[in-house]
Amino acid sequence: MTEPLIFELSSPGRKGVELPECDVPETPLPKDLIRDDLLLPELSEVDVVRHFTRLSQLNYGIDISAYPLGSCTMKYNPKVNEDAARLPGFAYTHPLQGPEEAQGNLLLMFELQEWLKEIGGFAGVSLQPAAGAHGELAGIMMIHAYHHDRKDDRRIKILIPDSAHGTNPASTAMGGFQSVEIPSDDRGNIDLEALRRECDGTVAGLMLTNPNTLGLFDEHVREIIELVHGCGGLMYGDGANMNALLGVVRPGDLGFDILHYNLHKTFSTPHGGGGPGSGPVGVSERLKDFLPGPIVEAVDEGDENRPPKFDLIFPRKSIGRVKAFHGHFGVMVKAYTYLRMIGKDGLRAVADHAVLNANYLRVRIRDAYRVPYDRICMHEFVAEGAWEDAPGIRALDVAKRLMDYGYHPPTNYFPLIVHEALMIEPTETESKESLDAFADAMIKIAGEAHTDPDVLHGAPHITAFGRMDEVRAAKQLVLRYVPKEKNQI
Amino acid sequence: MSFPEDLKYTENDEWVRVEGNKGTAGISDYAQEHLSDVVYVEIMPGEGDSFSKGDPVATIESVKAAADVYAPISGKIISVNEGLADNPELINTDPYGEAWMIRFEIADPSEFDGLMDVAAYKKVCEERDRS
Repeated sequence: MTEPLIFELSSPGRKGVELPECDVPETPLPKDLIRDDLLLPELSEVDVVRHFTRLSQLNYGIDISAYPLGSCTMKYNPKVNEDAARLPGFAYTHPLQGPEEAQGNLLLMFELQEWLKEIGGFAGVSLQPAAGAHGELAGIMMIHAYHHDRKDDRRIKILIPDSAHGTNPASTAMGGFQSVEIPSDDRGNIDLEALRRECDGTVAGLMLTNPNTLGLFDEHVREIIELVHGCGGLMYGDGANMNALLGVVRPGDLGFDILHYNLHKTFSTPHGGGGPGSGPVGVSERLKDFLPGPIVEAVDEGDENRPPKFDLIFPRKSIGRVKAFHGHFGVMVKAYTYLRMIGKDGLRAVADHAVLNANYLRVRIRDAYRVPYDRICMHEFVAEGAWEDAPGIRALDVAKRLMDYGYHPPTNYFPLIVHEALMIEPTETESKESLDAFADAMIKIAGEAHTDPDVLHGAPHITAFGRMDEVRAAKQLVLRYVPKEKNQI
Repeated sequence: MSFPEDLKYTENDEWVRVEGNKGTAGISDYAQEHLSDVVYVEIMPGEGDSFSKGDPVATIESVKAAADVYAPISGKIISVNEGLADNPELINTDPYGEAWMIRFEIADPSEFDGLMDVAAYKKVCEERDRS
């Protein structure tokens, strides 16, 4: 089944709405702003509704089935979050309304800041960054501002383990630092000897994802932090994998100076095409003054007769604004709702079940797939999608075949330190039945890899489109619709 | 997988062919096999540029990953393979031939000692596949 583009469904003169008679004087548009070459599809309402409904039926989402995309924490997003974000008081606030008129919104942002401080063990939080990598950049800019403020400008290196997300070295480079790769040891931890060799007066900081992308909690996290602090560097925590730690470990208590939270992963707001992210940053006491602004502060605590009063404040040495207006406010409402609904005990249960589910899956499939770092994992684990006695089968073939069994494939070919990696993160929202069904499919595919390799090479077979030509997709970019005949529209 | 006898190799999977005081470098068959289909390559230095051992000299992107290619030894560029950018798939089909990346004057022949012969490189690749 294929679906034409909306432009291809267009028919000249067709309309979806009839605008009412104009009851105000017409104002002519400036001549130089009028274009006659602008392509707009012309369709009736029913054409549009059917088109997008059909497209949505070709789509796959967490509302359809499990979505074990490693490092992405594709947990189910409760619908009450959407209800709250659509409350008119939140949805219809204009970003240019002053604090006086938006006290309710500011209260929500203030409480979210306070909760994130408590969850991460930090002294301050800014909700500004738009997503995880944006939080990283804000963090790197704070590291720069902190050292610069101390007139310590010889610090040019950011240390990054080889299992890190690719965004870490990218943020480092954007922030003007050099990234230095630190290898992992054979248990999947940072190689402490290699780290020790790099720790000197030029280190600005280290970016650590803990648990890391192998799903492993670094067994030497305290030594790592001591080494980095010992040479004058700051500790950045990539909070992408925070789901495993909720209510169990607070990164701030371990000694992290900065951490970004992914509201869209850990706190159940839609992502992966379903909505924007949000990447608040938390910081330790010594970095509080450098937070991106504005942040929300209670300028008047209030009392029995007077409600508290909130305002938008720039911290004293703030790196400034990193986002227009107040960040992704709608996403904040959803994350706030999630926290309110789940509560303190619920948060701890999230981490417990996320870790339990990942370990259950790991043990269920480890006879069928090699798991290179086979120890108790956190929220995810990495298996190998290749076998010596099944030549020609790659992780990509396993991933594509999973689609025939009705699953979104796991992350593949990442982390780079595992050969033919399949990175699996079930999250806490899958039941035992759901985990078993997924494990059964994985085990079946491992069997097929040996008995019927062609069925894997040709997969997926039951989706609307078969195997894509990834090489052509990367080399021949088609980024914009161009009509076949100009007079068609 | 091919491991030509007459080349020297690095831990990072680059090869070097030495002819007198001139060298040619690219990436190994093992490296291209692990990267899978290469879709993009950019060679950074130009003719006459000097570089040190370990400097990044090219970036490769495949459907799986992006990787840097590092200078196996120090030198000065005589020429770079201009055609490679338009036909990055040559890295997959002919890594030791048409997919050479840089030709250069060798700055310091003593740096050869840091390179591996084919037996040593083969062993490194085998160990990696086992771990």
